Amino acid sequence: MYNLDITHAPDEGGHFGKFGGRFAAETLMQPLKDIEEAFYEAWADEDFHAERLDLLKNYVGRATPLYHAKQLTAAVGGAQIYLKREDLTHTGAHKINNTIGQGLLARRMGKKRVIAETGAGQHGVATATVAAMFGMQCDIYMGREDMARQMPNVLRMRLLGANVIPVDSGTATLKDAVNEALRNWVATCEDTFYIFGTAAGPHPYPLLVRQFHTVIGQEARAQCLDQAGRLPDVAVACVGGGSNAMGLLHPFRDDASVRLVAVEAAGYGLESGQHAASLAKGKAGILHGNLTFLLEDDEGQVQGTHSISAGLDYPGVGPELAYMFEQGRLELDASTDEDAMEALQLLTRKEGIIPALESSHAIAAGARIAKSMAADQIVLINLSGRGDKDMNTVFKHLGWVEDAS
Amino acid sequence: MSNPIARPSRLAAVFERCKQEGRSALVGYLTAGDPDVPTSEALLLALAEQSDILEIGMPFSDPMADGPVIQAASERALEAGTHIADVFALTKTVRDAHPDLGIVLMGYANVPYAMGFDIFSERAKAAGADGVLIVDIPAEEGNICDASLKQHGLDRIMLLSPTSTDERIKLACACASGFIYYVSLNGITGADMGDMQGIQDKVKHIKCISNDLPVCVGFGVKTPGQATQVAAFSDGVVVGSHFVGHIPQADNKADICGALSVSAASMRKAVGAIA
Repeated sequence: MYNLDITHAPDEGGHFGKFGGRFAAETLMQPLKDIEEAFYEAWADEDFHAERLDLLKNYVGRATPLYHAKQLTAAVGGAQIYLKREDLTHTGAHKINNTIGQGLLARRMGKKRVIAETGAGQHGVATATVAAMFGMQCDIYMGREDMARQMPNVLRMRLLGANVIPVDSGTATLKDAVNEALRNWVATCEDTFYIFGTAAGPHPYPLLVRQFHTVIGQEARAQCLDQAGRLPDVAVACVGGGSNAMGLLHPFRDDASVRLVAVEAAGYGLESGQHAASLAKGKAGILHGNLTFLLEDDEGQVQGTHSISAGLDYPGVGPELAYMFEQGRLELDASTDEDAMEALQLLTRKEGIIPALESSHAIAAGARIAKSMAADQIVLINLSGRGDKDMNTVFKHLGWVEDAS
Repeated sequence: MSNPIARPSRLAAVFERCKQEGRSALVGYLTAGDPDVPTSEALLLALAEQSDILEIGMPFSDPMADGPVIQAASERALEAGTHIADVFALTKTVRDAHPDLGIVLMGYANVPYAMGFDIFSERAKAAGADGVLIVDIPAEEGNICDASLKQHGLDRIMLLSPTSTDERIKLACACASGFIYYVSLNGITGADMGDMQGIQDKVKHIKCISNDLPVCVGFGVKTPGQATQVAAFSDGVVVGSHFVGHIPQADNKADICGALSVSAASMRKAVGAIA
């Protein structure tokens, strides 16, 4: 069912045009090369895929459904809206596709311990889950501010046996969690595998994460052909670092008729200075091992970001998305906190599906786009995760519970 | 003024001088602008008195390779409003006071990248820097900076670590000049030093490959005793977190300066002692 060819590969150094690369401290260069080598070797090994795809099917619950959201379509008016239901995966978000892949790689390399950064906690939960299944020690780095707003996920990780380490440095959010995980990895790389959560970071992570997530787009493409008899006109995904976006969009890259749309977090508005829209508002810079678009000041100091969703609250973006944007293959859109909150309620009321706040950004933009299109057209939206983890934030926003913070 | 490229580099002269004196070089590190620009100026001048080479850190919002002590230094400097122009001005002040001191600007790629490596190199050279050490630009990514540094006569200091294979050592040595900075441990700045014998063996091995390029050892040197041990088998001993650690210990400039001077003098003595 799945195509295992690696298309649109980066160059040998991990560059997508001028973006990407491996801007890492010397100590990490060899460990990164070891992972790259192990990845290519595994990817060429039928047994690796047999085990990976079996886990994706019987443990994760793939293929996830493609759902024709007729009630939402009627409420919005315009193109037919189809939702790729990554929210129905085990652990509740697409993140598990990647942690299964990297977890298998870690085991193959004989590593006894895994570490990860997490923003919303979904990648942390997915990593802790795989670590539990494989019997590996697991440490998760999470910004203290994110821990407060995603407490249910913190507790889930602990229940799964992971040690959640609060990060207080910098802005105490996702970028600082990455810094802290990198600092730990430098000291522990001999026995530790860093399960990186998004399609960013130093080569080979952008490639690895993309490849492990392309199941999303490959399934959606086949399901859309099957159900609607044609390809979608537009494919829409939210973008923080870009893991669910690369997963959904990559398999459509060579379909010239399909518009690819990345939805960034506009926070309080793109002109407010308080957002996480690195493609729309950033410039080329170097952070966390790769050259990409960054939100930074004139002197290259990386700026704090704002989004109501912890998973999008990141000042960079995957280098391949930066490249696709520069090449004109990727369209940008952005949803504010308010847009996302409204879209969450709309989807919940119309379809009985509570999306994650991250995915709600894509729902909001996808609905806007669908509205401007004809009824015989199709908008495919990646519903990357479920909203259970966000209930505190939502209830506070609606004024149903006291805001303790 | 004569062409700076045609002269032997100042860093080479520093190591030659130390060799003649039969000792290892003391390479002292402080973050520019920590805890504020005026205090930083006094501290850099005080450390320069005792150092053969001064590493001036360029503060960055995300110092991924640094431990808590130097992370805090970066945060204090940025909090106090330190700009890259201040880093150059501080460099110039130290240079004017110490014509023979080696000066290396150390930091992360995004700060010079944001300015553009050409302009950055020109300003660094004009301020009196001899070399540049960018933690997150390995040899493989050198084409974003190598030509600019070379054009302006700046040495590119390369890092090597315990994980560096022979292939990587050769790669780094091929694009390094000035000296090689050997990171003594798999870890961040200010961590505990590893097994001294292992460090010595690796340094010896690197020197076989490095083709006469001096090798300095850093990350984790905290006591004069360690400095003396490292000095016995290296061309230079880098002390960073230990010096930076004095800054949050006192609230007035004179006290920090005093403590730093005492500590630097004892490190300077240590690198000249026979292990």
